[in-house]
Amino acid sequence: MPKRTDIKRILIIGSGPIVIGQACEFDYSGTQACKTLKEEGFEVILVNSNPATIMTDPDFADRTYVEPLTLEYLEDIIKRERPDALLPTMGGQTALNLAMNLSKKGILEKYGVELIGANQRAIETAEDRELFKKVLNKLGIDYARSGNARTISQAIQVSEQLGFPCVIRPSFTLGGTGASIAYNIEEFTAEVARGIEASPINDVLVEESVLGWKEYELEVMRDSKDNVVIVCSIENIDPMGVHTGDSVTVAPAQTLTDVEYQAMRDMALAIIREVGVDTGGSNIQFAVNPQTGRVVAIEMNPRVSRSSALASKATGFPIAKIATKLAVGYSLDEIPNDITKMTPSCFEPSIDYVVTKIPRFAFEKFPRSDSRLSPQMRSVGEVMAFGRTFRESLQKALRSLETNLWGLNPLKERRKLRSGEAWVEGVRNYLKNPKPDRLLWMAQAMREGVSAEEVSRITKVDPWFVRQIYSLIETEREIATWEGRLSDVPKETLYKWKREGFSDAAIAHFIQSSEVQVRAKRQHAGVKPVFKMVDTCGAEFASNTPYFYSTYEQYGDPNPSSGKKKIVILGGGPNRIGQGIEFDYCCVQASKAIREEGYESIMVNCNPETVSTDYDISDKLFFEPLFLEDIINVLETEKPDGIVVHFGGQTPLNLSKQLHKLNYPIMGTPSEAIEVAEDRDKFRALCHQLDLRQPESSTVTDRKNAVAAAEKLGFPLLVRPSYVLGGRGMEIIYNSRDFQRWILKGIEITPEAPLLIDRFLKSAIEVDVDGIWDGEQLLVCGILEQVHEAGVHSGDSSCTLPPISLSGEVQEELIRQTGLLAKELKVLGLINIQFAIENGKIYILEVNPRASRTVPFSSKARGIPFSQIAMKVMMGKKLKDMNVPEDLTMDRVYVKESVFPFQKFPRTDIILGPEMRSTGEVMGGGATFGEAFAKAMLSSGFRLPQEGRVFLSVRDADKKALAPIAIELHDLGFTLCGTRGTAAYLEDHGLNIEIVNKVDEGRPHVVDMIKNGDIQLVINTSTLGIHEVGAAYELRRNTLMRNLCYFTTIPAARAGTRAIAQMRQTPVSTMCLQERKKQKPTKASPSLML
Amino acid sequence: MSRWPSALYLENGHLFLGTGFGAKQSRGGEVVFNTGMSGYQEIFTDPSYSNQIVTMTYPHIGNTGVNREDTESASLFLSGVVVRDYCEEPSNWRAHESLHKYLEKAGVPGITDVDTREITIRLRAEGAQRGVILSTEGLFKDAVVEKAKGLLQEVPSMEGLELVSSVSCKSAYEFEASSNAGKTILVYDFGVKTNILRHLKRRGFRVVVVPYNTTAEEVSARNPDAILLSNGPGDPSQVSEQVLQSLKALIGKYPIFAICMGHQLLSRALGMSTYKLKFGHHGVNHPVKDMRSGRILVTSQNHGFAIPMEEIEGNRDLELTHLSLNDKTVEGYASAGLKLQSIQFHPEAGPGPSDASYLFDNFMEHYLQ
Repeated sequence: MPKRTDIKRILIIGSGPIVIGQACEFDYSGTQACKTLKEEGFEVILVNSNPATIMTDPDFADRTYVEPLTLEYLEDIIKRERPDALLPTMGGQTALNLAMNLSKKGILEKYGVELIGANQRAIETAEDRELFKKVLNKLGIDYARSGNARTISQAIQVSEQLGFPCVIRPSFTLGGTGASIAYNIEEFTAEVARGIEASPINDVLVEESVLGWKEYELEVMRDSKDNVVIVCSIENIDPMGVHTGDSVTVAPAQTLTDVEYQAMRDMALAIIREVGVDTGGSNIQFAVNPQTGRVVAIEMNPRVSRSSALASKATGFPIAKIATKLAVGYSLDEIPNDITKMTPSCFEPSIDYVVTKIPRFAFEKFPRSDSRLSPQMRSVGEVMAFGRTFRESLQKALRSLETNLWGLNPLKERRKLRSGEAWVEGVRNYLKNPKPDRLLWMAQAMREGVSAEEVSRITKVDPWFVRQIYSLIETEREIATWEGRLSDVPKETLYKWKREGFSDAAIAHFIQSSEVQVRAKRQHAGVKPVFKMVDTCGAEFASNTPYFYSTYEQYGDPNPSSGKKKIVILGGGPNRIGQGIEFDYCCVQASKAIREEGYESIMVNCNPETVSTDYDISDKLFFEPLFLEDIINVLETEKPDGIVVHFGGQTPLNLSKQLHKLNYPIMGTPSEAIEVAEDRDKFRALCHQLDLRQPESSTVTDRKNAVAAAEKLGFPLLVRPSYVLGGRGMEIIYNSRDFQRWILKGIEITPEAPLLIDRFLKSAIEVDVDGIWDGEQLLVCGILEQVHEAGVHSGDSSCTLPPISLSGEVQEELIRQTGLLAKELKVLGLINIQFAIENGKIYILEVNPRASRTVPFSSKARGIPFSQIAMKVMMGKKLKDMNVPEDLTMDRVYVKESVFPFQKFPRTDIILGPEMRSTGEVMGGGATFGEAFAKAMLSSGFRLPQEGRVFLSVRDADKKALAPIAIELHDLGFTLCGTRGTAAYLEDHGLNIEIVNKVDEGRPHVVDMIKNGDIQLVINTSTLGIHEVGAAYELRRNTLMRNLCYFTTIPAARAGTRAIAQMRQTPVSTMCLQERKKQKPTKASPSLML
Repeated sequence: MSRWPSALYLENGHLFLGTGFGAKQSRGGEVVFNTGMSGYQEIFTDPSYSNQIVTMTYPHIGNTGVNREDTESASLFLSGVVVRDYCEEPSNWRAHESLHKYLEKAGVPGITDVDTREITIRLRAEGAQRGVILSTEGLFKDAVVEKAKGLLQEVPSMEGLELVSSVSCKSAYEFEASSNAGKTILVYDFGVKTNILRHLKRRGFRVVVVPYNTTAEEVSARNPDAILLSNGPGDPSQVSEQVLQSLKALIGKYPIFAICMGHQLLSRALGMSTYKLKFGHHGVNHPVKDMRSGRILVTSQNHGFAIPMEEIEGNRDLELTHLSLNDKTVEGYASAGLKLQSIQFHPEAGPGPSDASYLFDNFMEHYLQ
């Protein structure tokens, strides 16, 4: 069927902030959907609360709303825009749930909006386990036996029929939130209670355990003519029991015969037809008993998913794009294959390589949480790698992770453990419980003599995968026999090792040499990789889509040059806390700018979720690890005129020094500037030279001096052990006693690992300034005022643009200092500076001569594509020639709020600190700060209460500041309650406060009140570090798990109170980015530029 | 398992050095590729690959070993196997032995560790070629090429090669004979895949398999309800005139279902011609449009020859029922008057998707009720 002409305006809902279980993949799918619909001539209305996304760039939709993803805001947008149709399948579970609610509430009907790409009945059937089971029953497809329960006793009844272990899944949650396994009745009742609470409909599913079974996924597409194709099969290395998002997975399936695979395919086809997904993609999961081959269907996602992003990148079949075309009427045979251009899309991709995906975890940020993997997803990102064999792709994926691995690194823990039987016993125990580094333990076990069969038996990982890893161990042993004789290794032998995926660093390790020497030897011997193409068809048809991966083979695929000058962009690698989608946004923007300027843009990245790894975004895509060796291989084959390292976050920046040393042409800010910025001594000298102020600090090399230095600086202090990575281990210490205690906790302080102590600017306001320097002038992207006080990592803090409490003079001075530093560091492109302002004095905390996390937020808030401008500056253009808007004044206030994964990490406190722990961000815009803040809160998942009871409990230092907030809340009609200390202080200020017991003061206490729903807002500040557990921990944890609105800093409480007051007067109102007052492009004005 | 240095040499002069497995012997044949990611056991046991060397584009082959159930014929007819990464230790609950042992017993050489993507690209760009797999133990590169060229002289070109007689059964037999069978279908064995027989049996037929040179009189004597012309290897234009005469005599007399080689022979019997495709269709992901329903089928294909489209269009008795969406070649036609359903691809799958198995049901429904 051809394109529908009866619809013109289509609404797309995005997935909101990046959270565990819902990340960049929905920016990828949403961006594809927007692009496709626009190409087809539809008007696109987009709603997403996440400003870091590429889809919310105003170019991608006709009307872009960065607004809360809630029913009332969506209704307002629908009312304003009157779309003809809603495409709900591109924004993950968030969009699907919203669409379902819009439909159920009759809002879609009221405004005449048609659901396309999915229908309510199909979504319900796929998502409701009972309905889904009915479908399976009808089709004669087996499934794990189970039953639903709304109470513990109902659940026990179900479990009696199933036996233990069994799986408990809360109904209707995202990413398997709350799913768990119970081995006994005690665990069972606890987990059921937790599950009922976690489910939005207070319902759990108790299910027969298929733990240890093989796990498969099929990506299925169906069109309106009932054509169905399987795009990709995925096999999980981690068997059932680990959420597929947390599993190491491989495409295509490796251990099924055709008969078994086809049986699974037949089931998938039958299911998608019976469930009634009219058009679009679905993901269907199966489990297979490895002994008997019994196959059970597990679940189905009737939408584009994380797996479909993976499948798209793995095969070259763009699922979201095709699903969008199907939703507007096309059938599969009417859509040409994007890669070959000559064959149609109604086929099943055949691939001639292996793809391995490995998740990236962040348990180090939540040290009190158990890192055993479970049916609940907790990874924060992933990498994918191509190889001609599983072994090669596995090793490439490991070095893509950026966890300092060059392959299957031998475990250092080995040394600590006793040798012999005790060790092997320890390994066996460790292998039983899947943890993030299980692959390394499997390899280590086999290195130490545990057989592949036993490893497979313990881990339930299919013997095929274990033997493949064992084969790598055998090659390691062969490499080791050449120890000390690198120069004697014959070319053929070296080639053979490279073909197995061993990095130069890995070979160097086993042969006792250095990476540099191995590289030199390899280059001398002419052992170089070739680049092969991802072409959807196993080379059956010619293809000229330049999507490449490296491998060691006899021949590479043709890689014609356009003759244009080339620029390579190094991407950001896996999402992790501290580096995520915002850097992908910058890379994509940079690529766009490079193409606009008539250059060829070449992207290198290894994160399958991203937009940057869409082969459409750049002129060429190399899906490769961001690992020096792999980067050099790309640079050697492409010989680019420039390399961009400033947009992908810390990852490419870390590579820039080495690339610079090897004489590769790094564009923009020289790597010397990066060095100065990152070296404390050099940077201190620079600030001194420029007469810029920094907080007093001290570097100490032993314990004794530490105490003396601390006393001298005075408390509070910010301490930074030198292994600090992204704020890890940083803490604020308030007094001498805590300092002594902290220092005794085994912190290493030696001349090699000095301790850095800064005076902590207690009541300072932190400010981020982002700017672009072209060598002559500074363009200010934004002066972002942090809402939280100093001490909260800027990535975790809410911030506001424009700043609300900085005077004009202070702002001018911040701009002056930014320009001064940019000039002195010889920055060319983006620079980010973190300032603190205490009592009117400006302190410099940190300089980052690269794109910062806040660039996308500023770009969206101000409507200016700063990354593109920065890229053009790096290419030699001057700001004065680019017509950038002159005026910093804004007609609206925008607030960025962070989103945290605390709910997924039991035993973790919610206090904010100098270590970043947020996974994503949202933006709220309004006429006032209060409105913007309220919207940002709402977007981040917290609805500010309009009435009820506020619980107040703050540390002594905050009591004074709390008083006016309490008064305002009282005036707004809230009932106030608090702990004895806080209440006493406030009563002295004339407020009437109910006294509530702390948890250790007898019952009923505050947690009882929270559980009974008697508290609507919690304001609680703490003197403790983020990894400590104090008396108020239970209070905060309960606040979190009940999804209560809470503030853990005074400034946030103040902002929140203001927002509550504001929202009383402001009705729901929305505005799209395109509606804003068009700022006249004029020549840069002197007021903003230096 | 011992391994030895081995080579694949293509007639256009390409040499690929790798490691031998399976039988340690030299064999030649037409080198083709198959893009199926699963189903190597079915592919290697398909008689249609007689005198061919099959290159698997998916790199890992041997992962699931060989089991007792999934073979497509009792013996192996292909000349060799080319893979990127052979796996000697299978992992599958049905695995019975390794692929190496299976090939070794059958005298079929395999070569692994070669750049199968490059081989595929050469075949795609230059067309199907003859090639040889040979052990290179103790040979220098020049000597390998010398030896390979010598061996290549013994390898006939597929065009002009008659292979049906060598793979067909020598005498008639009943497949999985049972007493309570229904209608009889007589299967002309041009190199029949067992899965075709399984499909027929599953639908309640009494399945009688007869040699390729069975005459029309012999057919009539067996009084079948329908006839199936099977798949098979080689050049359809070289199958003896006597066979075509028999088929001519059967057309219109019995409902006929023809598959692959059977489809080509039926076409010749109807007076049409066949031509060689540049590199053939060999895979399990080929989109075919059912012209009557508009539905797209993902099909299993393995053929190097085809029927010219204009000859179908020019025949008023025939209706084009199936069209390749990849290259718009003929994939099937039917004739209601003559009770024919002729299909170029493999509706029986084995390996591949089951999308087209409804054709067996349609055939019964339309012509046998």
